[in-house]
Amino acid sequence: MPSSTVFAPPRHYLNDGYGIKSWLLTRDHKRIALLYLAAVTFFFFVGGAMAVLIRLELATPVGDLVSDETYNKLFTMHGVMMVFFFLIPAIPSVLGNFLVPIMIGAKDLAFPKLNLASWYIYMIGGLFTLYSLVTGGLDTGWTFYTPFSTIASTSNVISAALGIFITGFSGILTGLNFIVTIHRMRAPGMTWFRMPLFLWSTYATSLINVLGTPVIAITILLVAAERIFHFGFFNPAVGGDPVLFQHLFWFYSHPAVYIMVLPAMGVVSELVAAGCRKPVFGYPFVAFASLGIAVIGFLVWGHHMFVAGESVYAALIFSVLSFIVAIPSAVKVFNWTATMYKGAVSWETPMLYAYGFIGLFTIGGLTGLFLAAIGLDVHVTDTYFIVAHFHYIMVGGTIMGYLGGLHYWWPKISGRLYNEGLAKLSAGIIFVGFNLTFFPQFVVGYLGMPRRYHAYPPEFQVLNVLSSAGASILGVGYLIPMVYLMWSLRYGKLAGANPWGAVGLEWTTTSPPPTENFAVTPIVTWNAYDYDSPVEGHVA
Amino acid sequence: MPPGTPLFPESASTMASRVDNLYFFLLAVSIFFSLLIAGLIVSFAVKFHRRRAEQVGAQIHGGMALELTWTIVPFVIVMVIFVWGASVYFAMARPPDETLNVYVVGKQWMWKFQHLDGQREINELHVPVGRPVKLIMTSEDVIHDLFFPAFRIKADVIPGRYTSIWFHPTKAGRYHLFCAEYCGTKHSGMVGSVVVMDPNEFQTWLSGGSPEGSLAEGGAKLFASLACNTCHRPDAQGRGPVLEGLFGNSVTLQSGEKITVDEAYVRESILNPAAKVAGGFQPIMPTFQGLVTEEQLLELIEYVKSLQALPQVQTR
Repeated sequence: MPSSTVFAPPRHYLNDGYGIKSWLLTRDHKRIALLYLAAVTFFFFVGGAMAVLIRLELATPVGDLVSDETYNKLFTMHGVMMVFFFLIPAIPSVLGNFLVPIMIGAKDLAFPKLNLASWYIYMIGGLFTLYSLVTGGLDTGWTFYTPFSTIASTSNVISAALGIFITGFSGILTGLNFIVTIHRMRAPGMTWFRMPLFLWSTYATSLINVLGTPVIAITILLVAAERIFHFGFFNPAVGGDPVLFQHLFWFYSHPAVYIMVLPAMGVVSELVAAGCRKPVFGYPFVAFASLGIAVIGFLVWGHHMFVAGESVYAALIFSVLSFIVAIPSAVKVFNWTATMYKGAVSWETPMLYAYGFIGLFTIGGLTGLFLAAIGLDVHVTDTYFIVAHFHYIMVGGTIMGYLGGLHYWWPKISGRLYNEGLAKLSAGIIFVGFNLTFFPQFVVGYLGMPRRYHAYPPEFQVLNVLSSAGASILGVGYLIPMVYLMWSLRYGKLAGANPWGAVGLEWTTTSPPPTENFAVTPIVTWNAYDYDSPVEGHVA
Repeated sequence: MPPGTPLFPESASTMASRVDNLYFFLLAVSIFFSLLIAGLIVSFAVKFHRRRAEQVGAQIHGGMALELTWTIVPFVIVMVIFVWGASVYFAMARPPDETLNVYVVGKQWMWKFQHLDGQREINELHVPVGRPVKLIMTSEDVIHDLFFPAFRIKADVIPGRYTSIWFHPTKAGRYHLFCAEYCGTKHSGMVGSVVVMDPNEFQTWLSGGSPEGSLAEGGAKLFASLACNTCHRPDAQGRGPVLEGLFGNSVTLQSGEKITVDEAYVRESILNPAAKVAGGFQPIMPTFQGLVTEEQLLELIEYVKSLQALPQVQTR
């Protein structure tokens, strides 16, 4: 071994036991994080493969590559896979699982066995949904709107819905675990306002998960009951109300948008602080913005239904609340930007993702204002404008945050450094590919192209071809990190405990950390992001 | 861009420019803030680029004045957008008093339009320029959504309910109409055109033949063949309420609640008569659920509407 083994402890969580059982029965939050990493990566590429087929089909105005039925199943399963099996779990389950205990100086989560159970529940739900995919698919759209999903669709609604139902419990249990852990297991001196902002956003996310997910679970059961037993919850022919479903669905699914983006905001706070070696500007404002988003986010669901026969006054209230929930997001963007002022600003890969996140999330957030303005929403809702908007939030926001976090903490997770040149290159490719894919969709959406269309009028083709071309670039951008991150596991330079010269408890322990995280329980006497003296030069 | 690639939709209604003005304002706000944030990020990233490996940033923790500024200024801006958006929405929600009414029935996967004079169209809607048009819409199966990009207007078309939209076409021409709510296999085939015509041409088109007679005439025939007329008699001697002059007025229900007789109430009273029984009458009417189609319901409604001041069939 080279002399740099001095950085590597003899025993850490990765070599503490070998063999399949040591992984599948582990109770170590770090190993469970890696189990999630493998699973969400798999579902991401399944969902991504469907996106590729969707964009290939839309390269021409006529429906020629796949049949209309297949196309409808593709966008449905793309949405289901990406939303429920990648975007919602990715950051909390992978980065949150790895980091929550370490960031507060704990040995593990409060309920390690429950944590492992959460992963199994997630996998069982995922397998149900995969089963419905390979045995004929689902064609309701990820939104399962009634009465289509309960009386008209002939596809595998029950098994897919059951998969989502089961997976929901994984989110509830993980959220519960995080809440209890953050309340009860902080190291001596780690007060709430000394916690890294990632924990504030993880905490806010967990609250939404615990409070919101049961609502979608109940809604799914109602859909199943109506499909199997022909109860009249949603079917107007037997006295139901089809729009009731939309209220129940969005009561969860709008907060779910914040489940997806709040953790990414937490990651970006960490990336910006470490990338500038500076406290996050306005720490309490950023922390309370997370909680504000979580609370107000529960009260805006009706903005998905401005054209669905909602009363004018209900629309007014949902509109004004939707504008108000934009404020804490704007506050965060301004605070991150201000953090860079007089910082020691890095141009390394994690910071590139943070720049990308702030830029794309800003566009995503601003276009949200178009949709909150009721009179304008009437024209742009259900068109590609909205498709572009939520991809800017979810892909431009959540995935940029996730990838930034994965790069930032990869040396801690794996103990190795990845190839910085390739990482910068792929970050650039992803940024360009993303904008080329989704920016033209704003234009074609305002022109009036409806979403979920298998074929479209020929005058929309040029913009669709641009979008499809962008998607192919974006796809390449996502594949490159797979290669160099795997490569780094074996051939990467040893990272050392603190390759970024960052503060935070996770950087005080070895890379990879020992199973118990810290040799001795840390006693915290400093605030988060306490960069008051020059840091040791970093290895990279 | 090759020719024939529009980047902005055609504007063919009075509402289009109102929506577009709000859109341009929002674009300006968005461009301003996007450039502000991007400009700050790029200039900070360049100006404060880390030059020594051990360098740290200045110990700045925050500033109340800045926090208040970037909370209050966006708040004021979004409230302006809110009020503006709401005023456009109010205009969309409130049709003018005099409108040309057309009934719409959506079904997987076609649009059926019924003019009051009896013309029926599928996936094509003819309307005159310069006159407000109101569409009263329902669905036979799942939720659809009728969308006219050139008019900047859409609304969901919901089974078991009537929803309506209105528009005032300003420019003759042929424009897209789309189904904008996913409704199953041939969702993207549920498309067609709205043909906005010169008023004279429209009159010619309208008189071009309606073999089945007007909607109200069709409703009158149904009213007789379904034997509605045995109980609903104009002379107040029947077992059911007199329908003449009823539509648009309010009735007192058995519960004491007052309700305005609109399309939805007439529809409900035919399909689920016991739900809201008029005061002074027994809940003896049988349901016609499953016996009349959505289109026949519309004919019956139009017949009830026609029984206003004069008990004779109106043509508009």
